[in-house]
Amino acid sequence: MRTILFILQKEFIQIFRNKTMLPLIFALPVVQLVVLVNAATFELKNVDIAIVDYDNTSTSRQLISHFDASPFFNVAMVPSTDHGMTALLDNSADVILTIPADFDRELRRENAGSVQFLVNAIDGMAAGLINVYASSIVQGFHQEIITGWFDIASGGSGLPVQITHRFWYNPNLIYSIYMLPGILVILVTVIGMFLTAINIVREKEMGTIEQINVTPVKKYQFIAGKLFPFMVIALFEFAFGLLIGRLFFNLPILGSLWLLFLVAFVFLLVALGLGLFLSVISSTQQQVMFTIFFFLLMFILMSGIFTPVESMPQWAQNINIINPFVYFMKANRMILLKGSGFMDVLNDLAALSVYAFIALGFAVWRYRKTV
Amino acid sequence: MNRFTGFVKKEFLHIIRDKRTMLILFGIPIVQILLFGYVLTNEIKDANIAILDHSKDETTARITNKLLSSGYFRLQSTIESEQEIEDLLRSGKARLVIIFESNFKKSMIRDGTARMQIIADASDPNTANMLVSYANAIVADFSRGLMVGQALPIKVDQQVRMLYNEELKGVFMFVPGTMALILMLLSAMMTSISIAREKEQGTMEILLVSPLRPVQIVLGKVTPYIGMAFINALVIIALGVLVFGMPVRGSLILLMAESFLFICMALSLGIFISTMANSQQVAMFISVFALLLPTMLLSGFIFPVENMHWILQGISHIIPAKYYIIIVKNIMIKGAGFLFVWKETLVLVGMMALLLLASVKKFKTRLE
Amino acid sequence: MNTQTDNKPIIAVRNLVKKFGSFTANDHLTFDVHKGEIFGFLGANGAGKTTAIRILCGLSAPTSGELTVAGFDVYKNADQIKKNIGYMSQKFSLYDDMTVWENIRFYAGIYRMRRKDIREKTADLLKKLDLEPVRDKLIAGLSVGWKQKLAFSIAIFHSPAIVFLDEPTGGVDPVTRRQFWEMIYEAASNGITVFVTTHYMDEAEYCDRVCIMTEGKIIAMNTPSKLKEEYDTDSMDEVFRKLARNVET
Repeated sequence: MRTILFILQKEFIQIFRNKTMLPLIFALPVVQLVVLVNAATFELKNVDIAIVDYDNTSTSRQLISHFDASPFFNVAMVPSTDHGMTALLDNSADVILTIPADFDRELRRENAGSVQFLVNAIDGMAAGLINVYASSIVQGFHQEIITGWFDIASGGSGLPVQITHRFWYNPNLIYSIYMLPGILVILVTVIGMFLTAINIVREKEMGTIEQINVTPVKKYQFIAGKLFPFMVIALFEFAFGLLIGRLFFNLPILGSLWLLFLVAFVFLLVALGLGLFLSVISSTQQQVMFTIFFFLLMFILMSGIFTPVESMPQWAQNINIINPFVYFMKANRMILLKGSGFMDVLNDLAALSVYAFIALGFAVWRYRKTV
Repeated sequence: MNRFTGFVKKEFLHIIRDKRTMLILFGIPIVQILLFGYVLTNEIKDANIAILDHSKDETTARITNKLLSSGYFRLQSTIESEQEIEDLLRSGKARLVIIFESNFKKSMIRDGTARMQIIADASDPNTANMLVSYANAIVADFSRGLMVGQALPIKVDQQVRMLYNEELKGVFMFVPGTMALILMLLSAMMTSISIAREKEQGTMEILLVSPLRPVQIVLGKVTPYIGMAFINALVIIALGVLVFGMPVRGSLILLMAESFLFICMALSLGIFISTMANSQQVAMFISVFALLLPTMLLSGFIFPVENMHWILQGISHIIPAKYYIIIVKNIMIKGAGFLFVWKETLVLVGMMALLLLASVKKFKTRLE
Repeated sequence: MNTQTDNKPIIAVRNLVKKFGSFTANDHLTFDVHKGEIFGFLGANGAGKTTAIRILCGLSAPTSGELTVAGFDVYKNADQIKKNIGYMSQKFSLYDDMTVWENIRFYAGIYRMRRKDIREKTADLLKKLDLEPVRDKLIAGLSVGWKQKLAFSIAIFHSPAIVFLDEPTGGVDPVTRRQFWEMIYEAASNGITVFVTTHYMDEAEYCDRVCIMTEGKIIAMNTPSKLKEEYDTDSMDEVFRKLARNVET
């Protein structure tokens, strides 16, 4: 135990003496959290719509006014569809609405009119939403002319099944509350894992590790001495991130903080253990950085941070069984946002514990004092 | 010049000797593209739902059937009481609970309407919203099928054309995004780390006293990486086109040239970072940590920039990946020519010039 | 100097072989080192000196051969050996970003010395080396000579039975080298066995016994004076040159 204390003392001295790294370790994640949580949103507003009105009647203007009144759309009138296409090309418009020349006449004479939407569908998801919004506005216009022209009382659609819905846990569908725990997980892991991994390889490159290898320090003492400081830093940042979430983003913390930190601790054992393992099998900092970068990027994207895990193909879900991020991403959000308890996250906790054993076991096993 | 090529050759050998790093450098873009292509779709399918059917009649069975055969939902469990809802949602076993009121079919016949309710776990608001709208649409469709023959007096038809991407495929978003992300990060990371490495190990001073000029040293370190990043760009484009059917409607040569420009810009950023960093650790932290999330989130790669707060939109103007993504999309998907991308090109050239200028200045003052 | 020979050698090496693939770095080395001796390992760069010293310290595993260090078997009791030895490598492995005092405390600490002892012994050491004013200065700011003296002092701080020095005087001026050897003598007179590798032939004169290696083999082993006698010359440098010529022919 005393030996570990001496190693810890040394590690903390080195960490806090490095004046270039300190702000990177502590300020960078905070700034990113505050700025980027708001960036992660699929919410759509300010859709630029270019409207071509070849009809130019009170009816067509009535339709346009519906778009004007909508908070989603910024209307710009263009003289022709070709102009609209140019606007689409240079990204000044997202969608073109063309009202044909005989729109009003056909409506009155044939009881049927038609308008055309050209949607920039490069972002398929946004295009789908734009389509939904636009068609609901046209429907509103439709309803209005029906009641206006035919004197039919407006009312419910009269469909035989009435469906209502309730959104639990996040009734206003605020996306930042969902993203914050996810982004926090990324930040904390990136910091913890890189720092731990680089640390050992750095001692290798500097040659100081040899000096330690000729001493009677035990393998587990050395690994523990390298693990603990970065665990403390990562947990501290996790706590700090939660505080920021609470203060600036109204992040609900419904579940038990003890449970949350227990899960975070076990997860970090896995993450830092992996970092240690990769560092003992690497000989240069460059190597270890690229290796970690590769796995991190893959694991994070597959963890369900942006897209739900269940929607992934089966083989990806199979890979995800060994992806520690999946468990923490899920448990973290559940505990924070839904107040899930110990039994709810037991499976995730158990899986993480197993991986913690494996990762640390491998790190201790592969760390050779003799080469 | 001879000396210089010798130096480049040495750097190149140095890089390709580390087999694992090489494997990773070329593996990253392939894995990323496959991930985005096959794994990270925004389409939702097989979401777990639970059904609480107080009525258990023929109509509720038909609605349930319709919901489950849509492919969006998978039945996790049928439950018997309201008490179970909370547990199902909190434990994450189900994303939606669908409740049919008792006497569902009877009320429909007697009153003309029957009621059902969806309770969604909105801790993931985006998915919850989508699932609820799918369920709504399926039920509304079913409803409409029940009331045939009641036509509206007037019709407004909407013809919608999804331009550039009729099937609303995700590939048009992720290929340009991945190109930007990978080229940016790898280039900045590789250069900044390899220069910082020389500094850390004290070999930079040896190089500086050698007859090579500082510019040649930096160029020599960077040249091999230009080649590698360019190969990566080609691999991503090839995968996008061959595997995911991404079109190249505009000029391929223009696309290559713009990619080359972007790579050079990213390498300049790497050089600039290395002038600030005196250890590999610092270089890595700045080039990965400070670039990864902003490049992913503020470039329009995953989340559309137009919808963000004006402050974030302001910040997005200094994210180089944003301009490159616009350029790539315009050329590949819209088939636009140089006339439609010259502004973005100019911005990238400007950024590159600025970074190089700042690096040279920093480098000089350090030497004096 | 302490030339008394104990019956039991403190380092006993029989037929040590170390291979890296097809390359043989150490080819059947056999030698003994006795307690309190200054034993020099001589040879050009690449002769296999560093490989041998790393094996004796437990940093590298031998391919075959019998080795005991400080009475313990290298294969079975590596941990026991580590408690009884000190090591100083070619690059002085001090932490640049820690102070003189922090470095001493750290290394002494992991040898399980008590904090009180560490403090007292450090005070003595710094006084002796005239390093008191830089006690709280970072290692990075020290001159190469000082780093080297400090690294040596730290290597013997926990009073090991043997200290291994791998090219300890590389890259320093003759005056500092002279001072450094004085420290080595002092350690030896305190009963510490010194095992040193060098490619400076003049330093061989300072050793009690030397062993000359080329291409992984021991080609001569004796006291410097006997070697000079045998090869009929008055400098070790000449001895080495003559030996090297023999090997070539």
